[in-house]
Amino acid sequence: MHELSIAMSIVDMAQEEAQQRGVHITAVHLSLGLLSGVVKDALLSSYDMACDGTPLAGSRLVINEVPVEVYCPSCRAPRTLSSVQWFCCPDCGTATSEVIHGKELEVTALEVEA
Amino acid sequence: MSTEPRLLEVRKNVLKQNDMVARALRQRFRDAGTFVVSLVSSPGAGKTTFLEKTLTLLRPNHNVAALVGDLATDNDAARLARSQAPVKQITTGTLCHLEAAMVQNALEGWLTGKLDFLFIENVGNLVCPSSYDLGEDLRLVLMSTTEGEDKPLKYPTIFNSSDVAVITKIDLADAVEFDEATARANIQAVRPGMDVLKISAKSGAGMEEWLRFLAARQLRQGTTA
Repeated sequence: MHELSIAMSIVDMAQEEAQQRGVHITAVHLSLGLLSGVVKDALLSSYDMACDGTPLAGSRLVINEVPVEVYCPSCRAPRTLSSVQWFCCPDCGTATSEVIHGKELEVTALEVEA
Repeated sequence: MSTEPRLLEVRKNVLKQNDMVARALRQRFRDAGTFVVSLVSSPGAGKTTFLEKTLTLLRPNHNVAALVGDLATDNDAARLARSQAPVKQITTGTLCHLEAAMVQNALEGWLTGKLDFLFIENVGNLVCPSSYDLGEDLRLVLMSTTEGEDKPLKYPTIFNSSDVAVITKIDLADAVEFDEATARANIQAVRPGMDVLKISAKSGAGMEEWLRFLAARQLRQGTTA
């Protein structure tokens, strides 16, 4: 369970941004890859805890889950995996471990009030 | 003054701080000619026994040291110290994983001489350590025959973030009816092309092959000075 420390990093990061820009944050948008090692539900409940007593208290965490996209050497194209238990091209079945997307853990946008 | 919410675009990696420290560590190890190996597994898979054996075998010809992460006890550090190699404990308290800054702090003022190999034993956990780069050159994920064959399917992320899978306790394989072919197929399903080693730290089986593998990786890295 490392979601609380991740949530605290998100809050710190957002707060720093808010201070620099002189705005009040109402929501934080996050890209969360399925291979990031972070569990969405645990992160959501940790976020509220991490916000407690900070200027971000009451703000929302909006999570955009990013599926795993791999490069298929046979199709020579990116392909989206249907399961993280099966790293092969969904079209031709070629095994591949070249991950293009899915490891994201990134704050992408802030909803703010001036 | 408008109170309409606006959307501000930002692009910030949440683990940026850890990644920056890890990158600096990697550079520092490379400059010093130190090859760094980290170990992850579930609790009880045999990290400490495997590492104790590895340190003991390497020590006559190499300068080796180990950092070991543990929630509360220094039992593992005490066991590793039997190898006569320098060992330092990182007590993580309630934290379930090591972070790059903990490695950096542990190194502060610790060893002065040249180090050929540094081993970092992570906290026993197959989930949390996957997100944190520690600046290592090689990450081993250990799974024991006694845990069954499906660990890779249950924890695909940690297998995906590791470089090599090590099947431990092969001396117990028959007793627990471990199906090696299935285990290997599961590893390849979540990480095609992954190197797989099998060892018994107790009987010594596979340890020589592991050391040869390690030497080859170190050579490939160009850290042999």
